[in-house]
Amino acid sequence: MTTTLKALGLTRLFGPNKAVNNVSFELSKGEVLGFLGPNGAGKSTTMRMLTGNLAPTDGQVEICGINIIEEPKLAKANIGYLPEMRPLYKEFRVNEFLRIAAKLHNIPAKKINSSIDIAMEKCGLTHMSNRLIENLSNGYQQRVGIAQAIIHNPEIVILDEPTVGLDPIQIREIRKLIKEIGKEHSVILSTHILPEVEIVCDRVQIIDKGNLVFHGSIDDLKQQRRGNKLLVGFKKTPTLKKLQSLFDIVKIEKQEDLLHVIQFKNLDFDMEKFIQVCVKEKLGLFQVSPHITSLEDTFVQLTNK
Amino acid sequence: MIINIASKEIKSFFVTPMGWIILALITAAFGTYYLEGVNSYFEVMSGAIRPAERVGVTIYVGQTVYGAAFFLMLFAVPLMSMRLISEERRQQTLPFLFSAPVSIVEIVLGKFFGLFAFLALMVVYIFLMLSTLNIWADIDFGYLFSNTFGLLLLVGSFAAIGIYFSSLTSQPIIAAILSFIFAFLLLGLESYFASQPNHWFHHVSLLKHFQTFSRGVISSKDIIYFLLFISTFIVLTIRRLDADRLRG
Repeated sequence: MTTTLKALGLTRLFGPNKAVNNVSFELSKGEVLGFLGPNGAGKSTTMRMLTGNLAPTDGQVEICGINIIEEPKLAKANIGYLPEMRPLYKEFRVNEFLRIAAKLHNIPAKKINSSIDIAMEKCGLTHMSNRLIENLSNGYQQRVGIAQAIIHNPEIVILDEPTVGLDPIQIREIRKLIKEIGKEHSVILSTHILPEVEIVCDRVQIIDKGNLVFHGSIDDLKQQRRGNKLLVGFKKTPTLKKLQSLFDIVKIEKQEDLLHVIQFKNLDFDMEKFIQVCVKEKLGLFQVSPHITSLEDTFVQLTNK
Repeated sequence: MIINIASKEIKSFFVTPMGWIILALITAAFGTYYLEGVNSYFEVMSGAIRPAERVGVTIYVGQTVYGAAFFLMLFAVPLMSMRLISEERRQQTLPFLFSAPVSIVEIVLGKFFGLFAFLALMVVYIFLMLSTLNIWADIDFGYLFSNTFGLLLLVGSFAAIGIYFSSLTSQPIIAAILSFIFAFLLLGLESYFASQPNHWFHHVSLLKHFQTFSRGVISSKDIIYFLLFISTFIVLTIRRLDADRLRG
């Protein structure tokens, strides 16, 4: 897989505050990278630096091997960017606005019409082509925002919170659209809606107070969530001591009623053996299931470190 | 690329009522001055007994129209220039331009030339209006050309002031007021030191340099002055926008 984007030690100071601190990562072609973080973590600041909207205090950004600080024009030609506040000239019609975007991105005159049509079709805007952007609903305006980001068929599409403020149906459609874009382009997507990441992204990166605290594939994140915990229901609750004599158990947390969360020492504990022993000891086992920490919990854990 | 940005600005003037309203008002105002000039020409000239007091119809009507032009433009240009950058700041659309493969120099020049093209339309319009005198009189086109040229440089300077103040704020109306005040002060700078004809204020006054053109003289000194004036404010605007990228 070819690397399309490379960030090396990105740092940005606002006065004495470090908004982004030494963030490095890479992005490959055909990959959707989710950028997670609480409010004010530095997601947008990082994205602004990646797109050349903000000069980094330190560090490098390479877009398809081109340094964005040294050769901004060449590098920017490979990026499509939708900031958090969608930059739309609302006094124009959809097709007029996309024409301006196409011209700004140096699309040859012959191809302008076809690229406008393709972008509108991809974003489901064809029937809105002659409407004033001002009069479009929030969701459609967002689509126009995405359309202007993909009109020049860039290698990298960077979307800052693309689903904020949309209704559930629109969110679904936009997610579908992002997945589709992700097949041909590399996509970076920032969000604080956690399930969105699992649905849309291949890889996740969590940023907190300017630092990268987690970086890995969606499966890694799921692994982190599943971990070594079981949710077990006993009719006769045994003591911790008794259980510890039987298994390698670190801790028991009592949940509601008779349910307990048991944390094992090792990740690869033997579930079958655990059930056999429980039955033999007549503990009144009535429920066993993996205890999945919610994504929110994982997120809170990671960002509170 | 500069042309693309300029054409976007021009389109932007005409998709909102602003462009049309300004054009209509300016046309009505200049038309009135023109008519006034033509109407009073024979009356005034028949009253002028000594030959030295008599002037040609071009100069008489031209003076009436171009004499009003700098004053009318002083109001019109800030109204047109105020939205150029401040509106982009207010609507947060600047990232659209900054993320495209265009440099800040191209963005600012594009916006400037877009506005300038619109203003040039008005100046050329005045020229055409005065040229209609040629139907029944033999007019002095050289005088008209020199005035047109001077007025183009003057509105260019106003536009440069306008775009600079527009880059400072996110409130278009504040940009308009500031550029009006600033242009107004610069225009009449020499009148603050009218008693000292050699004071340096006289050399930076916009009106002083425009007056050469309105006499029908095209002097390189004044052309250079206006070009320097325009480039100064364009450079300041570029620096201001670049500071956005650097300071955030």
